[in-house]
Amino acid sequence: MSNPGLLFLQDVLQEPTLIDWEWLRENFWEDIVPALQGHIFLSFISVAIALVIALPIGVISARYRKVYPPVTFVTGILYSIPSLALFAILISIPGVVIGPAPVIIALVAYSLLILIRNTVAGIDSVPPETIDAARGMGLTNRQILFRVELLLALPIIVAGIRIATVTIIGIATIGAYINGGGLGVLIFDGINRQFPTMIIAGAVLATAMAIVADLLLLGLERYLRPWARAKRT
Amino acid sequence: MPSKIFEVYARPDFPEKLREHVVLSLVALLVAVAIAMPVALMIRNTRVGAAIAINIGNVGRAVPSLAILALALPLLGIGFASALLALTALAIPPILINASTGLREVNKDVIDAARGMGLSGGQILTRIQLPIAAPVIFAGIRTSAVQTVASATLATFIGAGGLGDLIVEGLQRRGPEILLAGAIAVAILAIITEIGFGALERAFTPRGLKIAQKRGN
Repeated sequence: MSNPGLLFLQDVLQEPTLIDWEWLRENFWEDIVPALQGHIFLSFISVAIALVIALPIGVISARYRKVYPPVTFVTGILYSIPSLALFAILISIPGVVIGPAPVIIALVAYSLLILIRNTVAGIDSVPPETIDAARGMGLTNRQILFRVELLLALPIIVAGIRIATVTIIGIATIGAYINGGGLGVLIFDGINRQFPTMIIAGAVLATAMAIVADLLLLGLERYLRPWARAKRT
Repeated sequence: MPSKIFEVYARPDFPEKLREHVVLSLVALLVAVAIAMPVALMIRNTRVGAAIAINIGNVGRAVPSLAILALALPLLGIGFASALLALTALAIPPILINASTGLREVNKDVIDAARGMGLSGGQILTRIQLPIAAPVIFAGIRTSAVQTVASATLATFIGAGGLGDLIVEGLQRRGPEILLAGAIAVAILAIITEIGFGALERAFTPRGLKIAQKRGN
């Protein structure tokens, strides 16, 4: 037991306040549940808004190829701006106050690149013969888009939603710093109060939420791709 | 307003914060590469190893960066060591996933051909597998690098400095120019990282692969 690192680790593990179960029990309904609800709300609404924006842009980019590079360039730059910086830039715009709104705007901005890219990839993955066949059956362009192309692109679009959702659940924690609410509230309070229990509660719940969302959407993706399921088994 | 932002960049502590940010990100990235690459090489020929690596990577991707930073706090306390540990842990998954899938996805026929030409296992690795996988490996390093620069902004919350200090200072003192100065500096740093590592990725793509990509293979 001469290893100082091990001794230190032992110290930390024996620290009685690392996980204060009593605190967790007492503050479950007051602190933890609202934080979790806030986090689900932030993530869900952001992905939903991002989809409404990204799907049409993706369809247009797949049709008119010239649009695609500038679209990925702009959304790519948005994507690479660190979240705390983007939050900060947003709240310094006059009229934007701290709270959930700038957090949602930023989360939407982050999702766009992934969602648009996957929409285009999904539409590209539709074999030209399938579209020819649809046209031969007398479908109009609009019908081909909605009944053939988007439907066949759906698994890849859902794969994009999955990546975007996991990313957003993580970034949303930082939104608490500008009063966006969510599980980040627990983490920041924990840091400020030097109270590891709150940090761990926030971190574990955010991670669990990301993993659950990941698995649910993976299930949806597999369900929408019956041909791949058949091949695999 | 712009002139006020430049005043912040002229402050004597700005170069120090920039240096902290870059050093923290760079050291974390280097340590992550030093850990992830040997692991990826070790497991390149085992199916189970690759599956484990990808799963660890995926779980790692699900842990929010703020959570990892905050969790390092009770372990190593306030300061550089905690931030380094957290950022390294964050930087490993993308490198590990890309390196192990990149190495595994090298066409088996190409490896067979190399073996047929009498190349040893080590030669196949250094002359065939690594060059062919290089673009994928570097794409992973680029993802990690951009993510590390972004997450290093959060190091301020656990007292490890960096450009995040300016954002927090601006928010607390209601100094929009300080806040914007920090945010713009971080954003530019992240975009430079993205473009720089993108160039590195292209530089390490073998000429033959580039020709194949152009032909649409």
